[in-house]
Amino acid sequence: MCDTCGCSGDGGAVLRKPGMEEYHVHIGGDGEHHHNDHHHGHEHGHTHDHHHHGEGRKVQLEQDVLLQNNLLAERNRGWFEARRVLALNFLSSPGSGKTTILEKTIPMLLEQCPVTVIEGDQQTTNDADRIHALGVPVIQVNTGTGCHLDALMVQRAVRELDPPERSLVCIENVGNLVCPALFDLGEAAKVVVISVTEGEDKPVKYPTMFHHADLCLLNKTDLLPYVDFDASKCREYAIQVNHHLEWIEVSAKTGEGMDEWVAWLKSKLAAL
Amino acid sequence: MHEMSIALSVIDAVVARALGEGCSRVTGIELVVGRLSGVAVDSLTFCFSAAARGTPAEEAELVIDEREGQGRCEACSAVFPVSTLYAKCPTCGQFRVQIESGEELLVKSITIE
Repeated sequence: MCDTCGCSGDGGAVLRKPGMEEYHVHIGGDGEHHHNDHHHGHEHGHTHDHHHHGEGRKVQLEQDVLLQNNLLAERNRGWFEARRVLALNFLSSPGSGKTTILEKTIPMLLEQCPVTVIEGDQQTTNDADRIHALGVPVIQVNTGTGCHLDALMVQRAVRELDPPERSLVCIENVGNLVCPALFDLGEAAKVVVISVTEGEDKPVKYPTMFHHADLCLLNKTDLLPYVDFDASKCREYAIQVNHHLEWIEVSAKTGEGMDEWVAWLKSKLAAL
Repeated sequence: MHEMSIALSVIDAVVARALGEGCSRVTGIELVVGRLSGVAVDSLTFCFSAAARGTPAEEAELVIDEREGQGRCEACSAVFPVSTLYAKCPTCGQFRVQIESGEELLVKSITIE
């Protein structure tokens, strides 16, 4: 049960806003799950005497399992494109510095264009609170037990955020290098973040994520002197998985490399 | 554990189709899962019974056709089987592989009554 409103929103994602304790919007969840919508009415039909067992009829579907998500993602993409909004999906394992990168990047861009942020985490508004402190609109998606954002969550979050035309929407996915790779959100590009405190073989250990990414940011380069991390080897692995992958090395903490990353963003924004 | 989401998506798709066909039970589901799709077949099978519980597909038999991956080298155009996304071209030794198949994630057919 939802502990804020007492509804039976088990399992569904919830939107939250920093500093607004009472604000929350349920997305999906058991109450909306369409298993329940159709099922009961048809259950009664089971007692009809013309119910034949073992005379099944085969129907060819050839349908993408993620069709519903992909259709919704394309609607999101169309909405972003029509409003000339650049939507980026930030992906990484937990702790690689996605939120810190956003904290340092956003002030470097605000003169050029408005920025809004969608934060994805299983629980808490901690990341949204950090973005809120920058004074930009942010919404937190708490996925509950969910391990990734999906297109429906982003659609609902975007509806709440209402980002202005010619702006940047940063979608910080749930920290996870596996599951979010499969779910298109309607973004223009996927930015995968890896930090030098992780293994340099992450790209080949989690190839699906790197295969689908457009840009890789190698973060925490200020720590390179203290760790056994071969940045060129990591890049080589990443390029083996995806030879179209762009690569930028940054330290969000010291600012090293951030100019190149912001230039990448500005070139994308200029092309809107 | 995105396999649970995948399993729920499968159930949603097949139940909607079955009901649309005027049937109340799904007795069989055939899936195509490519080996490069990022979905673990064991996990998917494990999640499936939980996802199907209480739906018209509760007793459906799940059959999964696992497809091998195939890639084409962008450098020399060789076509070869691939088991990972970081496959090396056996002809020219480059890593410029374009995945041609093996990323499928499809509901192929359902059996309904």
